Amino acid sequence: MRFARVFAALVLGLGCAVAQAQTITIGELNSYKVFPAFLEPYKKGMELAVEEINASGGVLGRKLELVTRDDGGTPGDAVRVAEELISRERVNVLMGTFASNVGLAVANLANQRKVLFLASEPLTDKIVWENGNRYTFRLRPSTYMQTAMLIPEAAKLKKKRWAIVYPNYEYGQSATASFKKLLSQAQPGVEFVAEQAPALGKIDAGAVVQALADAKPDAIFSSLFAADLQKFVREGNTRGLFRNTAVFNLLAGEPEYLDPLKDETPEGWWVTGYPWSEINTPEHKRFRDAYQKRWKDYPRQGSVVGYSAVHAVANAIRKAKSADTEKLIEALKGLEMQTPFGPIVWRRIDHQSTMGAYVGQLTKREGKGVMSNWRYVDGAKFQPSDEEIRKLRKD
Amino acid sequence: MSGSAILLQLLNGLASASSLFLVAAGLSLIFGVTRVVNFAHGSLYMLGMYLAVWLSAKFGFWASVPMAVLLIGVAGALIEITVLRRIYKAPELLQLLATFALVLVIKDFALWAWGPEDMLGPRAPGFAGAVAIAGGQFPQYDLLLIALGPLVFVFLQVILKRTRWGILIRAATQDREMAAALGVDQRRLFTAVFALGAALAGLGGALAIPREPASLEIDLALISDAFVIVVVGGLGSIPGAFLAALLIGVIKAFCIGLGYSKITLAVEFIVMAIVLVLRPWGLLGRPLAAARGAGSVEPPLPAFGRKEILALAGLAGALALVPLADSGYILVLLTDILVFALFAASLHFIIGPGGMLSFGHAAYFGLGAYGAALLVLRFGAPMELALAAGPLLAMTGALLFGWFCVRLSGVYLAMLTLAFAQIAWSVAFQWDSVTGGSNGLIGVWPSAWLASKTAYYLLTLLAGILGISFLWRTLYSPFGYALRAGRDSPLRAEAIGIDVRRIQWAAFTLAGVVAGLAGALHAFSKGSISPETLSVPRSVDGLVMVLLGGLHTLTGPLWGAALFTWLEDSVSRGIEYWRAAIGAVILLLVLAFPQGIAGYLRRA
Repeated sequence: MRFARVFAALVLGLGCAVAQAQTITIGELNSYKVFPAFLEPYKKGMELAVEEINASGGVLGRKLELVTRDDGGTPGDAVRVAEELISRERVNVLMGTFASNVGLAVANLANQRKVLFLASEPLTDKIVWENGNRYTFRLRPSTYMQTAMLIPEAAKLKKKRWAIVYPNYEYGQSATASFKKLLSQAQPGVEFVAEQAPALGKIDAGAVVQALADAKPDAIFSSLFAADLQKFVREGNTRGLFRNTAVFNLLAGEPEYLDPLKDETPEGWWVTGYPWSEINTPEHKRFRDAYQKRWKDYPRQGSVVGYSAVHAVANAIRKAKSADTEKLIEALKGLEMQTPFGPIVWRRIDHQSTMGAYVGQLTKREGKGVMSNWRYVDGAKFQPSDEEIRKLRKD
Repeated sequence: MSGSAILLQLLNGLASASSLFLVAAGLSLIFGVTRVVNFAHGSLYMLGMYLAVWLSAKFGFWASVPMAVLLIGVAGALIEITVLRRIYKAPELLQLLATFALVLVIKDFALWAWGPEDMLGPRAPGFAGAVAIAGGQFPQYDLLLIALGPLVFVFLQVILKRTRWGILIRAATQDREMAAALGVDQRRLFTAVFALGAALAGLGGALAIPREPASLEIDLALISDAFVIVVVGGLGSIPGAFLAALLIGVIKAFCIGLGYSKITLAVEFIVMAIVLVLRPWGLLGRPLAAARGAGSVEPPLPAFGRKEILALAGLAGALALVPLADSGYILVLLTDILVFALFAASLHFIIGPGGMLSFGHAAYFGLGAYGAALLVLRFGAPMELALAAGPLLAMTGALLFGWFCVRLSGVYLAMLTLAFAQIAWSVAFQWDSVTGGSNGLIGVWPSAWLASKTAYYLLTLLAGILGISFLWRTLYSPFGYALRAGRDSPLRAEAIGIDVRRIQWAAFTLAGVVAGLAGALHAFSKGSISPETLSVPRSVDGLVMVLLGGLHTLTGPLWGAALFTWLEDSVSRGIEYWRAAIGAVILLLVLAFPQGIAGYLRRA
């Protein structure tokens, strides 16, 4: 009797050990407490993808496991957490991060420790260009790409006097620099008449709106988001800043940032975003139905990013027929895969995926903000020349 | 700027000044009477915002304001009765630690109760539109705010000057012990003042919702603004707070109006630094009456006996042997702990034996890190040299800032260190071409022979032991005794020929160098640094470590650093609301061991 019990325990233990050896682990770290509005849906997207993959037999017959960690929102803590994932959890792949400085720090660590890092969310151009490295790949369309996607519409309006407002850190600074450069190329003679750079999260909206109005611009380019965007919109609406001024705003169509605006939603703004309720391609419908069934909630931009990032890892492993880092890197280069937004390719030259974004105009419907007049813009078409990228990457 | 632009920006400035004043007035009242530096004031404001947005959906905006005020007032009273009242007798900085724990708990409470998304409140009915002023459109609600600020100011002045209760508050602000001796019931007075201050924070929050969304980041953003106003105005002075709010609100609006929006990163701190250098007690403040009675003079630090030295040497030896047992993550964690222990020890050096409270010690940690990283990246220096020379940048910073800081004392000194730290931070943040801006400097790794986890850990251990024993040794040198004499009795110290300021300046610089060494070690252990290394939260972390371990012991900061780092690492892995969990642990420790962990052990 006792022997049987010991034997059973042994078998069970062995079984577990074997199963553990066979799982493939993604070590995910993100600033869950600093950017919860984006990252809670993101986590749900990841979990949905893992469940889907494991329900259909895993990858290479092995189960996929997701280990998530809070990176505390600072590069120092994030590097420690990443080290823990690498050396204690022995993960096969690192994934995640949100803010640019955290993403760059982890990318740099991945290069040092020779671990694959799939940067799912950070937008900074540098993570694939100036500070790009062999071990780092990035999913989301970069600041440059999203800015470039708005340029055709901006140039079409033939507005001469532009004012710019951006949160004063790398994302806002590089969005502004790219916008000025690209618009000047597309529309020679354009003037930039005012520039406001409030500190992130601390915009003094009344004074900023007033200063912009004083410059009498024909159009405004903004890269504000979250609380800054909401304050800016409310002040601008009250003070009539947007009445005769065209506005372009990066990211403002993402449900995370659009939904809180409700009946303040400004009409006619050009934005990049994610009109989740109206995209009816088969791949998106399948994703949306599965997501709503699983979470009883609608998907946000973050959900798509988390979901696609996990699938990217699974696809790379399938293609490489291994979870070995070097083989995964080769597999990711040029990997073609399906996402809820349609097919994407992982570029060989800079490890950036060609995931695009939806460009459209904001409008109010039943007291809620939605995107109208939107279309999907493929990220592959909004890239600098290969030569420019090679110069930046230095590798 | 045109004439109409000037007028409109002036009005913008006045509107922000009004809302700043509401928060700052509460903070100032609380500090004036209870001497509690209430970190949780911004959290109460944030709660006020969330409550008002939430209630206004059911009862309308105007009804939600008094309800939020009342609820936050009650919350303030409860905090005072359940937490702060128990620790007034403890060393004064402990209340600060308790309110920091409350910040963590309240933030996670708001996340739990209202979810992660920002909540934009309704416009105020009756004040939803704009009026035409000087050719521009100005929000009606902002006009209302401009009127409300002075109204609350007058209301507070009437209470303070014309009611018996107000007289008691003023008496307690000026001399707590004397007021108590004359039969004023301190317990009730403190609770009432705390509730009033909290209610003002709630009022500020509720009135802010037509202008900005309730979000989880607002608490810390607000608390530093409020502190600046209170200190610029003079601690405990309501007219001072009013004046300071006007000054800073208007200056900010004109920075933006004139197109210098980037300077808003640090403008209020620049104003504060200038005011404090020129007027050490703020615009309308007065020197604080020294607290009397037990607790104001610390017992002298006993030197280590043979037993303690043996125990510490044994600990160091054991730490050196860890790599034999485990060469993985434990070394990474221990490296972090050692770096922060060194940082905390350097902070303790000036706060404890030096008697100089600092809210901005991370400046020197960060300057050391930047110094080392710049030497490697911009000058191609070898890593060993950069590690040794990086702290020189911290020394330069400490020499420069310290010269101004040692001229002040108490919370004013602390706020000046904060101002300098914030200025250093904004330079690192903004000077893209040198410091890498908000992304920082990337790619600073140790030389090949130090690159393994084991080698780098042993290097950190060695540097930590050297740095900490150097600080401790210094405390028992004539210089150290002079420093402690200057803290305990500046007058007598001066009388026997000690140049107190000079000694303090030297101590400040020494602590800066050691913090810089910790920063340089940190940079090479992470491979990259960003402005976050010299930010306010990093300074606060250091303070929490020192206080958690116990201010008036030598080894306390080390235990505090170990406990805090370990807590963060382990709790954040397993618990969803880990911030609240850490806050709760700190609260429990504060209530159970008001002398800190090491202080408790020493007494036990």
